[in-house]
Amino acid sequence: MLDLEPRAEPSRAMTLLSPVFALIFTLLVCVSMFLWLGKDPWQGLELFFVEPLSSPRALAELSLKVVPLLLIGLGLALSFRTNVWNIGAEGQFILGAIGAGGVALLASERTSAWVVLALLLAGTAAGMLWGGLVAWCRDRFNANEILVSLMLVYIAEQLLSYLVHGPWKDPQGFNFPQTITFATPTEIPRLFTGSRANAGMLVAALAVPLVWLYLFRTHGGFRLQLSGLAPHAARYAGFSARRSLWTACLISGGLAGLAGALEVSGPLGQLTTHVPVGYGFAAIIVAFVGRLHPAGVVAASVLMSLLTIGGELCQSRMGLPKSLTAVFQGLLLIALLACDTLIHNRLKLVRTARAPAR
Amino acid sequence: MDAVFLLLGASIDAGTALALASLGLLLNERAGVLNLGAEGIMLVAAIAGFATAFHTGSDVVAFFAGALAGAALAAAFGVLVIWLHTNQYATGLALSLFGAGFSAFVGIDYTQVKLSERTPFTLPGLQDIPALGPALFRHHYLVYLAVALAAAVSWFLFRTRAGLVLRAIGESPESAHALGYPVRRIRLAAVATGGALSGLAGAFISVVYTPLWVEGMIAGKGWIALALTTFATWRPWRVLLGAYLFGGVTMLQLHLQGEGVALPIQLLTLLPYLATIVVLVLISRDQKWIVVNMPASLGKPFSPRT
Repeated sequence: MLDLEPRAEPSRAMTLLSPVFALIFTLLVCVSMFLWLGKDPWQGLELFFVEPLSSPRALAELSLKVVPLLLIGLGLALSFRTNVWNIGAEGQFILGAIGAGGVALLASERTSAWVVLALLLAGTAAGMLWGGLVAWCRDRFNANEILVSLMLVYIAEQLLSYLVHGPWKDPQGFNFPQTITFATPTEIPRLFTGSRANAGMLVAALAVPLVWLYLFRTHGGFRLQLSGLAPHAARYAGFSARRSLWTACLISGGLAGLAGALEVSGPLGQLTTHVPVGYGFAAIIVAFVGRLHPAGVVAASVLMSLLTIGGELCQSRMGLPKSLTAVFQGLLLIALLACDTLIHNRLKLVRTARAPAR
Repeated sequence: MDAVFLLLGASIDAGTALALASLGLLLNERAGVLNLGAEGIMLVAAIAGFATAFHTGSDVVAFFAGALAGAALAAAFGVLVIWLHTNQYATGLALSLFGAGFSAFVGIDYTQVKLSERTPFTLPGLQDIPALGPALFRHHYLVYLAVALAAAVSWFLFRTRAGLVLRAIGESPESAHALGYPVRRIRLAAVATGGALSGLAGAFISVVYTPLWVEGMIAGKGWIALALTTFATWRPWRVLLGAYLFGGVTMLQLHLQGEGVALPIQLLTLLPYLATIVVLVLISRDQKWIVVNMPASLGKPFSPRT
């Protein structure tokens, strides 16, 4: 019989190998699901891992998914390291889109191109506001941040729905729940002509080293991590738990808001009820698969984007439901958490003759 | 006056799913395990129950299918967090994300399907009492089962030896282990039971309450059920009361919409979610109150080795 034996020290090798094992497991399930559904598994895998990387155009589309996942995932990694369970990034993302949309509505064709900056700042601020609400409820009233942040997602969805059905509705939009298409200056510059990849990629690329520096090379980041790992030690050292809570919520909320703003000034160009597509929830998986480390989050956000685009391709080419993506993404996280057991434990063969440990 | 009784009756219907799920979650939280996967479990159980009801035509079989699906998912969650010591928050979240995707995936063929019209279950005699009769005694039988369940859970927790052991495990698994109780197996049983009841709640929603299948139809009820256990400070009767109150908020919202109140529909739709935050804030404000009532080992892993 197999039993688990605690390791003296966490295994560094397993820390890195665990996501690989989890991915292999998910792929095996993926292949068996294709076989079960009577589809060619090789074609399926090709749609997930080859096609999205096969052309400059496909890569540009991939980058559009990576940017929001990466930004939100970075914030969540920081938040989870602080042991602050902000799982409402989807709501903060929506608020970011609303904030950016509000500024974009004020712009006209003659507005300076700098308006993009105002857009992004407004989105970030709106995301911070939503994240700050979570911190406030937890700090002032001791309310569980998991439930509060999640409830705020539903509230954000309704707020967006109200705006696009009501005050912000396009008067010439045939009564569709959507705003006007925002003026050209609100569009974030594209990186290459003829490609949808935009400067949001640079913003995300800049955020990675910044979050890394903050987490691992500043006193503030050290405080955050310590209050996550050892709250009592942090208090003994005189670090304020409240400050860590607020920092984690504001940074993760702000990054999610920035991601929402980038969506508005990038691929969307207007607000509709279809702004939220689950980036905020998928980013939870990104953060964990990326080992709550900025470099890992980069890799994980690419992987999760591949799964997203692969799912869309499976829908159009093989007639499979798009929710296939969510199934694989959820499985990936479950498998990862299970494999993570091996970081702190090793598998040991136990002779069944002995009474097994309960 | 009639409107009030109508609202009361509707609130009880709407609160029943919350009550079933929350009583289940209460059981596993009393044993020290927090299952954030409730939303995902309810979604999977909702489609399992709906599909079963559609193919067999039997509601009872459908409820069993939902409960079974819920118990199976919760047991998988239980093995991960109890034996492999995975983080309870992360694992529960993973289950919720997986459940949302999986239910949408298998449910795609059922989105256009309708179940046959249901006849309401009535208590003969009592149902003819003016006003109160229709409000209280013309419900589906699961509505009464939820009330009985609250009584049963209360009796089990506070009047039986097994309930005492369960609570002891939630307070101090180390002590219970030292006394020779199989802490991990009891926790698994509690988690599976919680999953079965959450599953029953999910099937109730898709088979009786709506009755149809829409992707993501649980719409946060799993999370609200989780909030309810805190709201009720982990006591069964308060869970039931809280569930009806939340059912009332949901119904009030629909009533106001029906009456054509000049408020945007979105503002009304967000009421239950806003109410959850407000209630959490009000209840949690007094930290001592929570600390005294919360099972002391809630969310913490237990290993018999240490």
